[in-house]
Amino acid sequence: MKLLTLNFLTCAIKTCKTSPSSFPLHPRDAELEILETDINLPFLKNILPRLMWDELRTITSELGLPELPPAAPTREDLVEPGAQAAEGEEVEEQPSQTAKDLHRVLLETTVKEGKLACGNCGHEYKVMEGVPNFLLPGHLV
Amino acid sequence: MADAEPQGAAYEEEHVHTVYEQIASHFSATRYKPWPIIEKFLKELPDGAVGADVGCGNGKYLAVNPRVFMVASDRSTNLVKIAKQHQPHASIVADIMNLPHPRHSLDFAISIAVIHHISTPERRIEAVKAILELLRPPSASEPGSGGRALIYVWALEQKDSRRGWDEGNEQDVMVPWVMRAKKEKEAKKKKGQESQEAPKEGEQPPEQPQDKTFLRYYHLYRKGELEEIIEEAGGDTVEAGYDKDNWWAIVQRKS
Repeated sequence: MKLLTLNFLTCAIKTCKTSPSSFPLHPRDAELEILETDINLPFLKNILPRLMWDELRTITSELGLPELPPAAPTREDLVEPGAQAAEGEEVEEQPSQTAKDLHRVLLETTVKEGKLACGNCGHEYKVMEGVPNFLLPGHLV
Repeated sequence: MADAEPQGAAYEEEHVHTVYEQIASHFSATRYKPWPIIEKFLKELPDGAVGADVGCGNGKYLAVNPRVFMVASDRSTNLVKIAKQHQPHASIVADIMNLPHPRHSLDFAISIAVIHHISTPERRIEAVKAILELLRPPSASEPGSGGRALIYVWALEQKDSRRGWDEGNEQDVMVPWVMRAKKEKEAKKKKGQESQEAPKEGEQPPEQPQDKTFLRYYHLYRKGELEEIIEEAGGDTVEAGYDKDNWWAIVQRKS
């Protein structure tokens, strides 16, 4: 499960969703794995406004990963400066180091095994073989 | 309808979830071509849109548009393991009634061939509510600006299909899924590999593979029924239609 997923996940229990402490879910006993994929600069630029930066910083810090900068990068920060297009010429934008780092942490860093805990109710969801399981036991449905 | 009456979650566990878990890889091998209306819905999304594929099965719709981000979910772990290969998306095991997404957060959702597996009218409404709850509400100034979901269900009216159901037929049905045993193919392969040796005298022939039939529960939607459920769930039907034995609707939140 890539870390970007956690940006769009909360507790599956209905009563938790209205509580701010149910987001983000907290990885526990996580075994991380890097699964390399091609960097996609337009995708990173587009997803940027959707990122809950402070919460992602919390997650990466809980996982013991290198600290994310205090403020989210801008779209411009993701593009390598320099390659100026001459008039009428198309030059493909290149990803900056910031973009590469962001790609690494959000799309290539994955939780292979472990748990995701709700900060509100404490319920833990298992992650097995990279797949988080949000099915609830009968008494919590 | 078979002897048992539809009765909710436990019934669906037995007659839907357990079946898909067992037929996952065979089912997946037969599901690869996206349907045009769904493909169009996904391709017309703005780049960077974020959404959910609720009941993603093998994840065939995750291959349609890599410029959006989708969190795909299914009850079947075996199907989710197949779905997770599609970049840049994510796949999780979850139940439509208890989806783990923040409310009102998504730009779009699709739920294809899912809510026809739900066995009571109340639960069908609840399922549509769960999909609507994912979507961004429209802003007050722009009524059409909210998130949208595309829902597909099997139609009762399909007299030209292989099943031949039509208006007036029973709507709650058990539909067989037959996994054919590959008898001839296997035999041929063996022959080639083992230099056409016949089984030795007195030796048991290898276990004969048998066709296996699984029954899945379906509720077949009659004309107008999907829109009625959407209305009851508090949604607005933006567009709806019939497409190859299925009813579909594009829905949004009212507020």
